[in-house]
Amino acid sequence: MTDDVTETQSDSHEAGDGKVSVRCTVNGAEATLRAYPFARLLDVLREELSLTGTKEGCGEGECGACSVLIDGELINSCLVPAAQAEGSDIRTVEGVADGERLHAVQRAMIECGGAQCGICTPGMVLAAVNLLKHTPQPSEADIREGLAGNLCRCTGYMKIFDAVVHAVKEG
Amino acid sequence: MRAYLPAYELSVPRTLGEALALLREGPGVWRPFAGGTDLMVLLEAGRLEHRRFFSIRHLKELRGIGESDGFVRVGALTTYADVRRSELLSRLFPLLGQAARETGGIAIQNRGTVGGNIANASPAADTPPALLAYDAEVELVSADGARRVPYADFHTGYKQTVMRADELIAAVRLPQPPEGARHFYRKVGTRRAQAISKVCFAALAEVEGETLTEVRVALGSVAPVVLRCRRTEEWLRGRRLDMDSMRGALDEIAREVTPIDDVRSTARYRTRVAQNLLREFLSGLHMGEGV
Repeated sequence: MTDDVTETQSDSHEAGDGKVSVRCTVNGAEATLRAYPFARLLDVLREELSLTGTKEGCGEGECGACSVLIDGELINSCLVPAAQAEGSDIRTVEGVADGERLHAVQRAMIECGGAQCGICTPGMVLAAVNLLKHTPQPSEADIREGLAGNLCRCTGYMKIFDAVVHAVKEG
Repeated sequence: MRAYLPAYELSVPRTLGEALALLREGPGVWRPFAGGTDLMVLLEAGRLEHRRFFSIRHLKELRGIGESDGFVRVGALTTYADVRRSELLSRLFPLLGQAARETGGIAIQNRGTVGGNIANASPAADTPPALLAYDAEVELVSADGARRVPYADFHTGYKQTVMRADELIAAVRLPQPPEGARHFYRKVGTRRAQAISKVCFAALAEVEGETLTEVRVALGSVAPVVLRCRRTEEWLRGRRLDMDSMRGALDEIAREVTPIDDVRSTARYRTRVAQNLLREFLSGLHMGEGV
């Protein structure tokens, strides 16, 4: 092992409990987290920062319930080890609204009845927000693709789909 | 049962040099960790046997898509989203963009990498058949230097590769496909997004008049490794596009694949789908379809 590598490890490993410090920005605020390097970002957000809006569905990157935006990209937070969150800019569903003013996607989900049990909703909202950021005027196929990584077991998807269409119209 | 987290290490080397030095510590002591879309699933299931990893995700040396001397070099950390966004790749290697679009969903495409897909060595991976059809080479790097291996020789058995324990995948290198070649990709799975393939099919052909002058066919999920169907290609090369060639090729590919029964499908179904996809590909050529 080179000296450099030893130094890198001692930079992040402190106190000998095996946890590392992770500095990142969460919903616009700087945060320093203490976590095992392989702790899932999903658990760190929920348990360390009490941001329980991010849900766990499958825990294996198939359902999208744990979706967050990292550096502006839609990511399954169950697949991100805490150590890889160092320096990143994370946005969870709690950071989607502008203060009291809900995002167009959130308003549309309410107006169109796009949520039932609510477990998939935060992930659906983030997937839709991500879609509209990259594709402000999505086609039907774009919307289907944008939401395809997110599972819902209640609505049958149509009301969620309608909500995205509505959000595009209402902006 | 979930993994016991304190038992796992994830080091963060600052440079490629530091990463290669870690690999040098001893055979298999440290292993690389890129997008995590495969390894984190194993961790959560309590099936991640190796404990010491180092993250390579931030290493700029392993990123980027560039063109030189008639080759396109795709850095190992290129994500599926990067592949989809690349104008160069979609123009020259449309099968890669199609494979990327069919891999996982948007969130997986933002995280999973081409190099990781190769290193994970699943015979059901979606990009490797396209890489095989394009005669890709894998660029491996270690503290001793770099070497290139034809991708067709990279996988030696189920989850086995020619990579040494001290090597990292640096990039894949793609020769430009023949101009005017026709490209065909199709994945068959249970769900539009996220599905792991029952069968995945990538092919390329050149047609002059009614004759197939060049043909390459590669499949996923039909053998212990992603499979380049050389015997089927051999049978087809130089033949006229007619019913006899088609029938012969379908027989040939059924002999060439060695699929298994598993949770996702059956050997019989996979063989039939491989034949059907070959038929779709060849019929399309006849009709003048394809990319």
